[in-house]
Order: sequence, then C-alpha cells, then structure tokens
Amino acid sequence: MSALLDVRGLRKSFGTTEILRGIDFSVAARELVFIIGPSGSGKSTMLRCCNRLEEPTAGQVVVDGVDLMAPGTDINAMRRQIGMVFQAFNLYPHMTALGNVTLALRKVLGKSREEAEAIGLAALDRVGLKEKAPSYPSELSGGQQQRVAIARALALEPKIMLFDEPTSALDPELVGAVLGVMRDLKAAGMTMVVVSHEMRFARDAADRIVFMADGEILEQGTPAEIFGDPQHPRTRDFVGELSR
Amino acid sequence: MEIFLFQFLNFDIMRQAWPIIFGGAQMTLLLCLAVIPLGLAGGLVVATGSISHSRALRLVTKAYVDFFRAVPPLVLLIVIYSGLPFAGIRMTPFTAVCIAFLLNASSFYGEIFRAGIESVGKGQWEAARSTGLTWVQTYRHVVLPQASRNVLPDLVSNTVEVIKLTSIASVVSFTELLYAADMARSVTYNTSPIVLAAFLYLIVLWPIVRLVSRLEHRLGH
Repeated sequence: MSALLDVRGLRKSFGTTEILRGIDFSVAARELVFIIGPSGSGKSTMLRCCNRLEEPTAGQVVVDGVDLMAPGTDINAMRRQIGMVFQAFNLYPHMTALGNVTLALRKVLGKSREEAEAIGLAALDRVGLKEKAPSYPSELSGGQQQRVAIARALALEPKIMLFDEPTSALDPELVGAVLGVMRDLKAAGMTMVVVSHEMRFARDAADRIVFMADGEILEQGTPAEIFGDPQHPRTRDFVGELSR
Repeated sequence: MEIFLFQFLNFDIMRQAWPIIFGGAQMTLLLCLAVIPLGLAGGLVVATGSISHSRALRLVTKAYVDFFRAVPPLVLLIVIYSGLPFAGIRMTPFTAVCIAFLLNASSFYGEIFRAGIESVGKGQWEAARSTGLTWVQTYRHVVLPQASRNVLPDLVSNTVEVIKLTSIASVVSFTELLYAADMARSVTYNTSPIVLAAFLYLIVLWPIVRLVSRLEHRLGH
C-alpha cells in the first residue's frame, strides 16, 4: 500500500537549535497514527512541517504523491487536502460557526454562498453541532469550538487530517465529545495523524504509535507493542511515567 | 457683560454671516469626505508595509511613518502649497490639502492599523492558511476585520483629530469653515462668526467623542 503521507529526512532548526534531526515516517491511507513523546521532543513541529506551516530546513514531505517542497507545488492547493486542527481551536471570532466553516469553501473553492452553506451545515452535522451554526465562537464551549474547528477542516474534504494536541486546552469533561468525533472520523476511513497526550484514546483507537524524543523517532509500533513491550529505554521511561 | 455678548454672541451678526459660514461648513465636509478615506486607505497601505516579510519594505515604512508623524502638518501643507511651485509644481489649494493629509493621516492611521493587526494572534493566520487561503485572502477576510474592530476607538479618535485638523486648510485660502468664519469676522469686526464656527465643530464632534468613550468602554480599554 502506498503512503498517503511520506516524510523523508525531515530537519528543522530554529536559529542554531535543531528541533527535528532527520525524521522518516509515513502514514498509509485510512491509518490513525498517534505521535507521543515528552514535551519539547518536536512532535508539534513535525506535524506543522507536514503542511508547511513550519518551513522545513531540509527533507521531503510528500502528500498523496505530491512533493510539498518542490518549487512548482501550489502549497495553498495542497493545504486544502491537509486538514489541520489546533490546540487553541483558532476559530475566527468575528464569524459564526457556519461562517468559519464556509470561508475557505467560498474563497478558496469559489463555491456560491448557498452551496458553501449546504456543505458547511453537513460538516457541522458530522460533528454534532448543526444547531450551533449561527453561534459565534464566544458563545460556544471549548469542546464545541474544537468540534467546529474540525468541521472547518472537514468541509474541504481533506485526504488527511493533522491534529495538534486537539484536547490539551479543554476541560476534562469536554474532551470526550471531541475524541468521539475523532473516533467517528476514523470509522469513516479518514487518515489521521494525532499529536496528543490522550493515552487511553491512543491505546484503543490508534493503528500505530510513534514515539519521539529530542527531535527523532525512537520507536514505533502498534499500541500493544509500545504500551505493552517498549523496546527503547526512553520509551520505557515515558510509558512507565504515564502508567504510574 | 453687554460688550461680551455683543462681541462673542451677537446673533444678528451670526445670522448675517450664516450663508458664508454654511458654505464653509460644506467645504469642510467635502474636505473630510476626501481626506479621511485617503488617510484610511494610505494607512492600510502603510500598515501592510510595516508587517511585510521584506525587511527593506519594513524599514522604508518605518522611516515614512516616523518622518510624517514628526513633521507638523501645517509645515507640510505650506511646503507643498507654497514651496513646490518653486520647483515648478503648482496645484490647487484642495489638491495641496489632500496630499498633505494623505501623508500625515496615513502615518497615524497606519500605526493604528499596525497595532490592530499585531493584536490578532498568529493562530488566526495559521488556521486560515491551513485551509488553503492565500496570504492576501487571510489578511482581508480574517485578520483585517478583527484588527479594525480591535482598534476601532483609536481609528475614530484619530478621525476626530483629522476633522479638526482640516481647519489648517485655511492658511492656503481654501474656503472651509474656519476660513469662512474668519472672513466674516474681518468684515464685521466681530468675533461671533468664529464662535458660530466653533459651535458647528462642537455639535459634530461631540457625539463622535462620546462614541469613542463608549467604544473604549465596551472593548474594555
């Protein structure tokens, strides 16, 4: 099976600090890959390199056969196919939930208002928030805001979705609904890469776990392998820390 | 007291001066309709330059803003209207005023817009760009609406300053409100036309000043 996302030799430095030191990693279609590791290990930076929100210093990022780093690549066109969900939701506060979801449909895909709203409502319905379409972000809970943010990405029918700590900013009681939406996406066959500390979710939803530390991938495997029988000492420490 | 009333609140004189003062008020309005949009548009250009990725462009913008914020607008206007003809560049008073205000107001509006744009978090840019919006689309649909709203009190407040400042057009013989009132004063040897002009400024600007206070209060400044 060919990889939907293929990262080769990815390096990223901020000034003289090297955050990513040669990452090789690929994600197959319909796969849910979880990236775990101590904070500062470069997980988020790696994820952000996958749609060039962060410009890699070196290496290759190939999405669905298209090299994102190639000079002729239209990065805006590629980003439509790579949905991204942020820790801080980043909804547009001056627009309603529906406005948030339809902006790119109208401005990037050039859809009419009616068409965009139909797609937007369907996307909001998928995250269970159709009735919140006219609400502004400030009127929604954190969990609802994050679900709208997921709908915003979903509306563009991305081939892959990147989640950057999607539940870290949420109160514990709001986490469940967001994870529920992610579970539904997985069931619907969405390809996902998730950076998160939700280990229980990782354990029962992920196809594969990638453990990162100090800008490198130290180990990867199925949840059973990583949580049950970690090979690398750093992984053992990290997993041991969590289960204590 | 009687002398005071005769000299400053002489309604007969005001009535006589009204046609000319009303004409002046219309010209002031015309001037505002020209220089406020010019200043806002120029300010937007300046602000966009000041957040540019190009270091050279940022430096040029900074120099522009510093220079035109430091030069007194009256000096600027006299240089443009009375100085430039020596270089063979002549223009009507109206054009001279418009150019002076474009240079002056755009630097002030520009700084306000820049502050507003910087108040919009990086996450907003990233979210929009991650959905495939271009830089320009993100700027226009996501960042600027929030930026303008965040600095609305400052924008309105600066507009009040611009409206008051249009009175400097009188020094290049543009018949706006102050010039008209002063003309009436010199003909009647009475200060009442000036008082009337001041009153006109007041009734227009006072509600706007109140609005600024309310906006500041609402936005929690």
